[in-house]
Amino acid sequence: MSDDVWILGISMTKFGKHPDLDIVDLAARAARAALDDAGVGMDDIGVLAAGNLMGGGRLGQNLQKQIGQTGIPVYNVTNACATGATALRTAVMAIKAGECDIGMAVGAEKLSGAGLLGAGGGARSDATVFEPTGRFGAVTTLDGRVGTETMPGVFAQIGMEYAHRYGDATFELFARISEKNHAHSTLNPLAAYTKRMSLESIMNDVMIAYPNTRPMCSANCDGGAAAVVVSGERLRRMDPEQRRRAVKISASILTSDPWTDGCQVLPDINTLTRNAAEQAYRAAGVAPSDLDLVELHDCFATAELVHYDNLMLCAPGEAVSFFESGATWRDGRTPVNVSGGLQSKGHPIAATGIANIWEVCHHLRGEAADRQIEGATVGLAHVIGLGSACGVHILERAA
Amino acid sequence: MTQQVPLVDYLVLGDRPHLVAHECVQCGARYFDRRNACARCFAADFRNVEVPGQGEVTAFTIVAFAAPGVPVPFVPAVVDCKGTAVRANLINVPADPEHVRLGMPVRLATYMVGTDDTGTEAIGFGFEPVGV
Repeated sequence: MSDDVWILGISMTKFGKHPDLDIVDLAARAARAALDDAGVGMDDIGVLAAGNLMGGGRLGQNLQKQIGQTGIPVYNVTNACATGATALRTAVMAIKAGECDIGMAVGAEKLSGAGLLGAGGGARSDATVFEPTGRFGAVTTLDGRVGTETMPGVFAQIGMEYAHRYGDATFELFARISEKNHAHSTLNPLAAYTKRMSLESIMNDVMIAYPNTRPMCSANCDGGAAAVVVSGERLRRMDPEQRRRAVKISASILTSDPWTDGCQVLPDINTLTRNAAEQAYRAAGVAPSDLDLVELHDCFATAELVHYDNLMLCAPGEAVSFFESGATWRDGRTPVNVSGGLQSKGHPIAATGIANIWEVCHHLRGEAADRQIEGATVGLAHVIGLGSACGVHILERAA
Repeated sequence: MTQQVPLVDYLVLGDRPHLVAHECVQCGARYFDRRNACARCFAADFRNVEVPGQGEVTAFTIVAFAAPGVPVPFVPAVVDCKGTAVRANLINVPADPEHVRLGMPVRLATYMVGTDDTGTEAIGFGFEPVGV
């Protein structure tokens, strides 16, 4: 269809420690590699969407000043951990709106050594005089007194809530999910960590927030990713090689969390993910059983389990038996996170929502080398940012 | 007598400490924060309602690694208080998975958080296992 938008070029840097590169360097490397991959130049790009969460803003213009100032509209995007997917969707929307026919989305983050996210970054500082302030009329800090602000603790509760509702989700089960992703990472040269870990070593590692031990948490690291997108109309006039490698964006969906009972007590990351998945499957005309691979937002092992259910990879309530069937290992029915996932590939926040699309495209193009899922024709990439925002993209190989 | 203040404004102290929710008059959705309007039905009228002090643990974690200055371990949880979800720590229970269980019946309890420079005490709340 001529109104489809396609990935023309896509790239990610190695995720990990890049002490000599700043955010703009990471974005520039990813962007220039994506342009090379696409076979176009900065003067072909009609819109730039740039995602960065922790770096203070204006990445887009700073990037232009290093790789090409052409005067095009720039959108600086933040949307929690869905920042990268939101940047991509911004570029897709500009093309669908007819404003241009080629656009670029970039996401980059410096997170090495960032430590625990969600607690404001510093030490708790108690009030010296108890005066009610804020929306809860709190007289002093609440983190640690009324629940936890930390991401590992929030997502641990989300997994435990699933365990309460459906049963059978044990500490060991969650650790087995992490064991899978660490095993997958050994085939991904761009992952931050590529070490296979035994179930025992995962369970005996440092406990962060039960049931998530350290290797069951996403790895803070540095990284960049970028995608060049093109209208179907323009793609038709391009070279056969560009057309052959182009990947169709069959669905590009973004949702926020609708009101559900209790959602302001513990974030409900389920409903908006299910909504996004339903919309994406409908838009793409694809069923979950059609998916050859899925990259989903395993920011913690506890999160991966609930998203099997939310993305409808299994019947409602059956995520545990689905995982135990072996379905989500790379040789299973629905391989999930063959990149190693956020737990081993790493999670440089704004890059994540483009890097997962890079992974899927890599397989759809048949270029994933040792970790290639043979014959892959359709894949799904999912991210969620707490607060919440959910991005789901369904991608298909050129016919 | 030492002056006492609640840790949060939705905790009511006194002989029978309890939590108070802001309930949307139109749809019944309950909130604990200061409201501009209802996130579910968009109405702007609320009434204060007492939340039952008994409930069941529907989710928990045991935080072993927290921001500097936050004592660990502690047990954040979601407690279903007969239909109202409440965020709180579980207290008066060892912070390990042998003693904290999903579905565990619990009840509201208060404790002293600390004393400020003027000598005022802050009283916090948590939920403890029934039968402690």
